[in-house]
Amino acid sequence: MQSFRRLTSVVTPLDRVNVDTDQIIPKQFLKRIERTGYGEFLFFDWRKDKNFELNHPHYKGSQILVAAKNFGCGSSREHAAWALSDYGFRCVIAPSFADIFYSNAGKNGILLVTLPEEQVQTLLDRAAKTEGYKLTVSLEDQTVKDALGFSASFTMDPFRRYCLLEGLDDIGLSLRHAEALDRFEQKHDAAFWVAPKPKGEAHA
Amino acid sequence: MSSKPKTLFEKVWESHLVAEPANEPSLLYIDLHLVHEVTSPQAFEGLRLAGRKLRRPDRTVATVDHNVPTTLAGRVLIEDAIAAKQIDTLRKNCADFGVTLYDVQSAEQGIVHVIGPELGLTKPGMTIVCGDSHTSTQGAFGALSFGIGTSEVEHVMATQCLPQSKPKTFRIAVEGELPDGVTAKDVALGIIGRIGTDGATGYVIEYAGSAIRSLSMEGRMTVCNMSIEAGARAGMIAADETTFTYLKGREFAPQGADWDKAVSEWRKLTSDEGATYDRELMIPAIELAPYVTWGTSPGMVIAVTDVVPDPAAAETDADRRGFERALEYMNLKAGVPIEEVTIDRVFIGSCTNSRIEDLRAAAKVVIGHHVHAKVNAMVVPGSQKVKAQAEQEGLDQIFRAAGFEWREPGCSMCLGMNPDILSPGERCASTSNRNFEGRQGAGGRTHLVSPMMAAAAAITGHFTDVRTWEFRKEEVLA
Repeated sequence: MQSFRRLTSVVTPLDRVNVDTDQIIPKQFLKRIERTGYGEFLFFDWRKDKNFELNHPHYKGSQILVAAKNFGCGSSREHAAWALSDYGFRCVIAPSFADIFYSNAGKNGILLVTLPEEQVQTLLDRAAKTEGYKLTVSLEDQTVKDALGFSASFTMDPFRRYCLLEGLDDIGLSLRHAEALDRFEQKHDAAFWVAPKPKGEAHA
Repeated sequence: MSSKPKTLFEKVWESHLVAEPANEPSLLYIDLHLVHEVTSPQAFEGLRLAGRKLRRPDRTVATVDHNVPTTLAGRVLIEDAIAAKQIDTLRKNCADFGVTLYDVQSAEQGIVHVIGPELGLTKPGMTIVCGDSHTSTQGAFGALSFGIGTSEVEHVMATQCLPQSKPKTFRIAVEGELPDGVTAKDVALGIIGRIGTDGATGYVIEYAGSAIRSLSMEGRMTVCNMSIEAGARAGMIAADETTFTYLKGREFAPQGADWDKAVSEWRKLTSDEGATYDRELMIPAIELAPYVTWGTSPGMVIAVTDVVPDPAAAETDADRRGFERALEYMNLKAGVPIEEVTIDRVFIGSCTNSRIEDLRAAAKVVIGHHVHAKVNAMVVPGSQKVKAQAEQEGLDQIFRAAGFEWREPGCSMCLGMNPDILSPGERCASTSNRNFEGRQGAGGRTHLVSPMMAAAAAITGHFTDVRTWEFRKEEVLA
């Protein structure tokens, strides 16, 4: 996984509440079996509107997205994180995020920054009104700053922060506990798995 | 020594802890991993690339549901080449890694959250995951069951574990008797209307109270299914006699002496007297009504007797803009009674409302009536077993006689990954779970309702209060 330390980029404002993962990447693109190539379909339906923020030349090459509350709600599709990342976004700032999306983003090296609603509104307003408006997001310092004097610090689960800073692979981390897992599984299988087991065959 | 009283969630959580490393998420053991075609191919590929094995094929079960066409002809030769390839990929992956697959032609095929319980794979006290947010459905059995992303799917495949931070607990009690015409779907919509679509983010909900206890397993699954629409990854209901009666004799339920042993263990899986929650809410059942969503988020919901709300009533500026945007997308005006809104399509199906009891409830409304001339209506049973049961009871005949299409099982128009989609501008009364923009097809307008409400709307052509319904020939149904 790509690590995240510090990023300075133009900001794309998306002043909408409850942006669901169906909007981020519509269902017709979930039929593919690849992990890459979703960026061109990011916000597919909304991009049909020429006034949609992503179509605005000011925000070209932007790596930071700022949105209103409950970003990433709905479907568990990790394609949403893949699409954001593939398009070039490395950081999303919002007052709140949905749980499954939060986890998916972290596993794809996308930093999600939670800031209070008033601060997010300030960023949304500035990004909409100031051409070339940039933010610097530092995961090392846990701060978000602009050149106009905005400065906010954010909190984050220390372990998630560590994984993102180091770009660590989750599976490898869990396998550190392989012995504990073997022991647990032996006991657990005996106690709980009392039902017949599926056999591992196709039922045509 | 008496120990601290525990919630149902805490009991299931604690019995699955493999490791609790300091300053890190806990490692949670996963009992059952359900897999479908859409969110698994990249995970299987990840295993291959890393040279990893699937740790427990015997705890992994797959089916095809999201992509499959719901016409018989369409299933034999899937026209959409990309969908067909995704389904073929699942077949190959299951064969390569030794996973049980309930394929398109299988008598057990169906929506993953319908077949898990139906086969008895879903049991109290288990931890269950699937790359699908509506995995919350199976919490109805007193399991901790939640949706995950594809990276987590790969993680479970490789380790049978997931690193998880302990969620907070939220007890929602619905007390009293549900009024006539108010169903499990209305309980779910009523809750979301009260707490919002992010009201339970970070929590696991435990549903309790006499109204929840009175629900069938099908109804409980509907309520838990919609937990994710309130932001909760999981919803749970403690197992009781209703649960045991449902499970007994199912293919993967314990048998003989194992059954008795299992039931005595499952009886312990209730929240202890005095257990505390991070948040609690009590809703009197009498306050609930048949609901209709008016907007593009499940929290935008009103009673069927209400009018479309005014954006001025929104609590914040951001919400007001969301309201305005939703009204524009839905082509609705504030102040219009929702009963006056006419519809083009009706969809009865999805992991929320496609089980036998849902179809029975809809059929009771439909019997003796005919679908409105301007409405196209379809019923998509949740599984082959549900379909067979419904046909045995003659429900398919009732629907067909009334002008409904009777389809093959799958997710269908809940998310429109298969050919079942709305055309731009079409308005649909749907028993599914999400009314997001374009969810059922680009430009389509979705109103979430219960199966009875969907059936009534199909017949009158507009939203109709099912409490005033003229039921005909009820005696025909056993």
